[in-house]
Amino acid sequence: MPEWTLKRTTDPMLSALNAPLRKIPVWVVYLIGLVPLGLMINGVFANTLGADPVAALEHQTGIWALRFLIAALVITPLLRITRLNLIKFRRALGLLGFFYVVAHLLVWTWLDHFFAWGRLWEEILKRPYITIGMAAFVMLIPLAITSNDWSVRKLSTSAWRKIHWWAYVATAFGAIHFMLVVKRWPPEPMIYCAIVAGLLGWRFVSAQRKKRKAQMAAA
Amino acid sequence: MFVRHAPDLKYSQVTPQKDYLNRRQLMAGAAAVTAFGPTMAQAAKLNAAPSAFSADETQTPYKDVTTYNNFYEFGTDKGDPARNAGSLTTSPWSVKIDGMVDKPGDYALEDLYSENALEERIYRLRCVEAWSMVIPWIGVELSTIINKAGAQSGAKYVAFETLVRPEEMPGQSGLFQPLDWPYVEGLRMDEAMHPLTIMALGLYGETLPNQNGAPFRLVVPWKYGFKSIKSVVRITLTDKEPPTTWNISNPREYGFYSNVNPEVSHPRWSQASERVIGGGILSGRKDTLMFNGYGDQVASLYAGMDLKENY
Repeated sequence: MPEWTLKRTTDPMLSALNAPLRKIPVWVVYLIGLVPLGLMINGVFANTLGADPVAALEHQTGIWALRFLIAALVITPLLRITRLNLIKFRRALGLLGFFYVVAHLLVWTWLDHFFAWGRLWEEILKRPYITIGMAAFVMLIPLAITSNDWSVRKLSTSAWRKIHWWAYVATAFGAIHFMLVVKRWPPEPMIYCAIVAGLLGWRFVSAQRKKRKAQMAAA
Repeated sequence: MFVRHAPDLKYSQVTPQKDYLNRRQLMAGAAAVTAFGPTMAQAAKLNAAPSAFSADETQTPYKDVTTYNNFYEFGTDKGDPARNAGSLTTSPWSVKIDGMVDKPGDYALEDLYSENALEERIYRLRCVEAWSMVIPWIGVELSTIINKAGAQSGAKYVAFETLVRPEEMPGQSGLFQPLDWPYVEGLRMDEAMHPLTIMALGLYGETLPNQNGAPFRLVVPWKYGFKSIKSVVRITLTDKEPPTTWNISNPREYGFYSNVNPEVSHPRWSQASERVIGGGILSGRKDTLMFNGYGDQVASLYAGMDLKENY
């Protein structure tokens, strides 16, 4: 049994919050998650994406991919630190992140380069920011494929965890990819990089702590 | 009572332009002026003669030219200059011309050119970020201004400086300062004296909107856009290669010359093609031309130079 279910919160405020949260159907999260896409499509038809709509779509799909991937990674520390339980929505957030990664890739290959495969391939090989972005996409494919109940049942917990551990690497690559496309050091990509670094740091520290505990228990 | 509305009627049709511009000048001191939209702040008509140097290409819509700008003094987002530049005071404007000139001094902008010397130059603009526009500038050749001040024989370079005025330029204060101020740029003397090099005072038949570098900016069409320094307050003739802002901020990525060159990529992205601004969602890309298509006029300036080395 996963450990978080063992540590039910006794904080009355939090249980008052967690109980109704559990009642929200997951499709609500998917629906909300598709709002940015709706706004982008509306922007295309209303011609409100500015002078360079392709660049705007590239930026917005990319930023939403990063936001959802980060949101999926925030769930566990949030539970451990505050006992706020949003585990139920983690898969939806991760899949939404992957969905926007695919949209981002589609805008780039189609609207920006009109499927000029030779040039796209050259870009992937030659431009580190694109190499890194593409690597993040490739890493996320197995995660997306195994984000369903059937896979969770089929795979052992440790195998499933091993696959989904790559979410940290992919998200970090996404943040670096963002950092590398901009010209100076504007605050936005720096903030995303800092958040991802914080999440990785927390993960590392808690893994160390767990290891030490296990060693102490063994001794 | 039955009232007919005329929704298509614009204010400019109701009030003679001269009158509403006067009214705007009266209001210029009031903070409220920005609420009316920065692009309308103080545009005045300019008459200009056509030029053989003009490109015969589809011009980028006025709206895109004036809302998609890199002018970090007003913020790093491309919409920031149009949002924030309305409060910039551009009149009176004085330009210090110093260094190796016979007549150094602080010149009032009006004294640097004559109205009948203004020319319209429709130029391609290629940004280092791999997008491009076609803009109908109005201005005078930089050489006429340099000649007015009298270049001394030892002068080899021209240095330029943008205004520093944090109280009107919000990008120049605050926590995240993307660049060192003032923004500085430079050209070699032969580049500065080249007939394609102009100091622009307007675009699309009117004085420059603030976000496009009002009231007085450089335009060098065969170089990446960041070389074309905006809101210039100082021009210095010197015998040393002057420091330039983007080169200071990242010498590996931005060189002194920064000529448009599809074969020399930016260390992080390709310069072989460009996205054409104003064509909408399906406009696609176009191949970038050597010297932005001005090779016939300027390639000789760089004869024998390794353009990979001197990027």
